Amino acid sequence: MATTSKSEQPGKLLLEVVTPDKLLLSEHVDQVSAPGTDGDFGVLPGHCYFLTTLRIGELHYRSGETEQYMSVLWGFADVTPHKVTILAEVAEKAEDIDVERAQAAVAQAERHLERGGLPSDVEEAKVSLEKARLRRKVAERLQKQGRA
Amino acid sequence: MPSLQSLRRKIASVKNTQKITKAMKMVAAAKLKRAQNRIFSARPYAHKLREVVANLSEHTDRMSHPLLRKRPGKKTELLVVTSDRGLCGAFNANILRRAVEFLNEHQQAGEEASVSVVGRKSIDFFRRRPWTIRQEWPGVFDRLSFEHALDIGQDIVHQYNNGTFDRLFVVYNEFKSVMQQRVVVEQLLPLEALDDESTAQDGPASSKGAYLYEPDEHQLLETLLPKHFQVQAFRVLLESAAAEQAARMTAMDGATRNAGELIQKVTLFYNKTRQAAITKELMDIVGGAEALK
Repeated sequence: MATTSKSEQPGKLLLEVVTPDKLLLSEHVDQVSAPGTDGDFGVLPGHCYFLTTLRIGELHYRSGETEQYMSVLWGFADVTPHKVTILAEVAEKAEDIDVERAQAAVAQAERHLERGGLPSDVEEAKVSLEKARLRRKVAERLQKQGRA
Repeated sequence: MPSLQSLRRKIASVKNTQKITKAMKMVAAAKLKRAQNRIFSARPYAHKLREVVANLSEHTDRMSHPLLRKRPGKKTELLVVTSDRGLCGAFNANILRRAVEFLNEHQQAGEEASVSVVGRKSIDFFRRRPWTIRQEWPGVFDRLSFEHALDIGQDIVHQYNNGTFDRLFVVYNEFKSVMQQRVVVEQLLPLEALDDESTAQDGPASSKGAYLYEPDEHQLLETLLPKHFQVQAFRVLLESAAAEQAARMTAMDGATRNAGELIQKVTLFYNKTRQAAITKELMDIVGGAEALK
């Protein structure tokens, strides 16, 4: 398999993010933090074996001086001492998110939530609001970074 | 000696056939491109998930989850994945031959064998054979989506838990390249440990390290395993879809070429016959003129 053929680099973590659509990222990084269902967790090289489910949240990784952000919606994370595999249902790199559209999605989700309706609708609206807010947050991170 | 007219008709008919096979080849090529992109983008996720599941199943007690537990029962089921349409060379014949081989083998070993089938071609085939068809999914390849895989994945897990069968295998065409499809038989249930390079790569370290789970192991398996089967089912369907278009393209390419050869041959024969007729007429005229002298 081509995806597992990257060689190990000492002192680095191999971070791989895969979604059902594609292999989004395969990179050697220094540090990863990810949104687990039971709370965010950080990973440094040499982490113990760890498997968790993911919630809606922000994935953040650092390689040298550069910091990168990514939005992750559900999925699993498999952590070994040299490697972090994120199997997300949906994931987007910060630079791929359109801030204005994310902003509009937040507004729309808020309106939906205000309107109320059936409990299932409200639940759905809450989730989409959470998703939209996350995407906005991740996208704004990149903008701030750009300005700084 | 066939008449000139019948030869002309023959040429026209083969030309028409060639037009059709050429069009089919082009359609298959376009569809192949799309199917190929889909399988290539779906593979990493499916493989990673399989790695994670295999890793996990190595570190947990196999008895702890019903989908990992080996059962002593003798009921074997084979999931046969073929296409809905024909005209794709030996694509379906290869699968069906392998399926029958597999079923015979397992019956001789004293097991009860049943099949569930995806694709109209295998449904037609197994309806006329002695094996029980437990479930059929026709027409999934018309508009293949994850919903189909979800449906199949849920059904097999459900039936397995009910004890309808104790082991499940799948036979399908793997898309190796445009020129090559490979018939693959894989065991889906109970889950087999991976023995290929993907787990070996982490080496002995991985088998020593104990895993931490969040939330607890049971809950995790509960969400991870069904997901795994759906994703694997989806991958199998995508592989088969891409392989089908590739097989059809190759078959139609061959057919177009054969039609071309046939046209050439018949045209040559037609021209020779025509020439012979002209020569004969000329001889008649010359002979007639000679007689008048």
